[in-house]
Amino acid sequence: MTSVIVDRRPDKGKSTANRQRVLKRLSGALKAQVDQLIARRKLNEHDKSTEVTIERKDVKEPSFSIDPASGDCARVVPGNQHYRVGDKIPRDPAGGRGQGQGAGEGDDEDAFRFALSREEYLSLLFDELELPALVKKELLEIDENRFRRGGVVRYGNPGTVCVARTFKASIGRRVAAEAQFEEALEAAEAALELARQSAEPTRVQAAQLELQEVRQRGADIPFLDPVDLRHRSLIEVQSPRTAAVMFCLMDVSSSMDEVRKDLAKRFFTLLYLFLSRKYAKVELVFIRHTDQAQEVDEDTFFNGTQAGSTKVLSALAKMHEIIGLRYPASQYNIFGAQASDGDSFGADSTESSAYLIAQLLPESRYFVYAEVGDGSSNAPTRLWTAYQGIQSQQFNMASVRGRNEVYPALARLFQKEQPVAYAMG
Amino acid sequence: MNRAMRESSTLNGSEWTMDDLLAIEQFSARHAERYELDTFPNQMEVITSEQMLDSYVSSGLPVNYGHWSFGKRFLIESGKYQSGANALAYEIVLNTNPCIAFLMEGNSLAMQALVIPHACFGHNSFSKGNYLFQQWTQPDAVLDYMLFARNYVADCEERYGAERVEQTLDALHALRDQGLDKYKRPRKLDTRKERIEQARRLVIARETMRQAEYYSVVPHAEKSTAAEPVFPASPEENLLYFIEKHAPKLEPWQRELARIVRKIAQYFYPQRQTQVMNEGWATFWHHRLLNDMYDARQIDQGILLECLHSHTNVIRQPEYARLNPYALGFAAWNEIKRVCEAPTTEDREYLPEIAGQDWLKTFHDVMQNYRDESFLLQFLTPKLARDFRLMAIHTRESLDHWTVNDTAGGEGFKAIRSQLAASYRLESYIPEISVVRYGRDSDRKLVLQHQSYNGRTLHAEETEQTLKHLRWLWGFDVTLEALDQSGRTIKTY
Repeated sequence: MTSVIVDRRPDKGKSTANRQRVLKRLSGALKAQVDQLIARRKLNEHDKSTEVTIERKDVKEPSFSIDPASGDCARVVPGNQHYRVGDKIPRDPAGGRGQGQGAGEGDDEDAFRFALSREEYLSLLFDELELPALVKKELLEIDENRFRRGGVVRYGNPGTVCVARTFKASIGRRVAAEAQFEEALEAAEAALELARQSAEPTRVQAAQLELQEVRQRGADIPFLDPVDLRHRSLIEVQSPRTAAVMFCLMDVSSSMDEVRKDLAKRFFTLLYLFLSRKYAKVELVFIRHTDQAQEVDEDTFFNGTQAGSTKVLSALAKMHEIIGLRYPASQYNIFGAQASDGDSFGADSTESSAYLIAQLLPESRYFVYAEVGDGSSNAPTRLWTAYQGIQSQQFNMASVRGRNEVYPALARLFQKEQPVAYAMG
Repeated sequence: MNRAMRESSTLNGSEWTMDDLLAIEQFSARHAERYELDTFPNQMEVITSEQMLDSYVSSGLPVNYGHWSFGKRFLIESGKYQSGANALAYEIVLNTNPCIAFLMEGNSLAMQALVIPHACFGHNSFSKGNYLFQQWTQPDAVLDYMLFARNYVADCEERYGAERVEQTLDALHALRDQGLDKYKRPRKLDTRKERIEQARRLVIARETMRQAEYYSVVPHAEKSTAAEPVFPASPEENLLYFIEKHAPKLEPWQRELARIVRKIAQYFYPQRQTQVMNEGWATFWHHRLLNDMYDARQIDQGILLECLHSHTNVIRQPEYARLNPYALGFAAWNEIKRVCEAPTTEDREYLPEIAGQDWLKTFHDVMQNYRDESFLLQFLTPKLARDFRLMAIHTRESLDHWTVNDTAGGEGFKAIRSQLAASYRLESYIPEISVVRYGRDSDRKLVLQHQSYNGRTLHAEETEQTLKHLRWLWGFDVTLEALDQSGRTIKTY
């Protein structure tokens, strides 16, 4: 009899596939919990793993079983120290399961908890979201000229010389040429020998000259010859353009109180997580504005503080300026997302709306506006009214009046596989 | 420490190496030989806690097909483990040939010294010798079969879509407990034959379908008005088998899945019926072999004491709680030994056939030929009943209290014994449901019957849900008649 010992520890992750299956099956229940969490969680918590609770009834596996409360029931119980024959013992209301081997699963808890990883959480969160179909379609249609490698060719400009291939060619040429040279050399040496044997001075002289010439020819085989040159070639191809940039515009003026700023930041946090997850290549530009607009980095955008009056146009102009400087519309798919409380003074709102139509929408693929408020007033704000006049498939807006509306608003703006609605009221 | 040095000296400390595990196995083997423990070759596999959880969810099978329910059980078990509510088993062993025993990497040397004799000699010899295991399982073929099942299910998912496969398996799993031939011996598993026959069945199924299509355009003769004969002729208790063979609308691959679920359920049939005996046997032998190893100075006192500490925890029996199979089984085997070696007058009265016999011969005979129910009925001693302070209690549906019928030490020993044995019958917790009618030539309706005893009725909600699955599989109406003990229908689902 031979006994073996095997170290199984390296084969890990056998349970992963079944975990995916159960998560898929539970996606409805999990989604509901994740949606609730969005409102409760702190901004920086979205990136962490998440504890969720699942009701056992959601994952019930039924089978024919005997109702423990029914009929006559007899049991044998160990450890009796108190009772005599004929004594009565109160019955526990649960009825008690059959003794001995566990009937059913033997677990009486109604729910169980487990942790979702960051990826699983985000994928549940953004399951339904997608860049609008219109946008995706256009993404594929836009042609762009690109170069791709096309192998090695004999002619080209000196900058594209492929050194390794050139040397390879040179070796081949030299090997061929030297073989021929050696044959000629041997022949010339043999001729000289014959001439010497014949002892005719003129013949010897001629043979010597011949040998000298052959030797010279051998010395003349160049190390590198123009015929050796090889160049890398690039072929021009047409391909859809995939570079994209998302502008995040946030109002941080004094009228944006902490509650509103929090809502706006939540909106952008989710938008940011969504974009960075789904589109690895989307560049992000953060612009915050009071009466002046400023381009800031991600950290300042979400965590910085600033106050002042409001001028929406300043942010739109800043976006236009940055597009002009760094993101030419011919090379980038440009998206814009704006969050504000809707306050604007004087002609700012109509000017902004006009500027959006005239300047930004023509160069953008999609622009969304999220209006944040505390729900205290139902009257439409000036900016909302002004934006309502925008009739474009590339524009969409939604209002957010509480933490629990942030995600639905985002979901509405980036609904999957549905035609983009015109501006909603 | 150098292994060569330790070979002659005693194992000690808590760290271990692979060589230590092999050494323990070798020591145990030498002692086990003296007791004529016949085992399959051992294959010990060191695994992590996560892998242990993994084995939990597929009942110890190292290979299983993919299904969400295994993922669910994994989540539940790992949650309990992480919160500290449940400790993990130190080992899991499956009756295969070679006998695969999973040992946790986190076990101390002493724990490994406990679980190796327990799993590799106790459980191993039990599953090789016990008649139920011999009749119902094929240790040589099971791993092959599981591999075949896993690949077949994966293949079906690819061909027919993961959702349809999942729905089919969900429905089949609901009927898992009704997939047993309790009285017929199952056929041997043979993966190669299985594959050939599977192909043959597929051809036949296709041919039948083609013929059905052909006949559907041929004018039919007048339907005979004679009453159709009752089919099946006698009630069929194996629901899964009946579905596999007769479900009108199932596709061939779904029938194959039914077969796989049925075969795997069958494989665990002996385990469920020998828990007390099997755990008691393994506990008895690890206790014995550990002491032998200590006596031969193969393990030191520290290890022995740690093992005894764990051993004591394993056989702890809380009062007024569910009977611990380890405790009951261990005590029962020790009692058999005592009755063989030093019987009292009482023992001679209750267990005359083993009193004074050779204990080892008796042990092997009992291990080979009994299951929990018959084991307890035959070998539970009055002393054990007293030691465990057993009492038999009884209640009725409408009552709010239990009545004590019998207590150990009194006249009621035999009543306690038979009641205890009866609670280990499969029928005491798995309802008896059988197919009584299938309207093969009419409406294709399926009629099931549940026979209840002592007013123990079906759980209504669970039954409705299970029937929903069954109706989906069947494709036509399915009703379930619940009968009381006198054969009267009390409820129709």
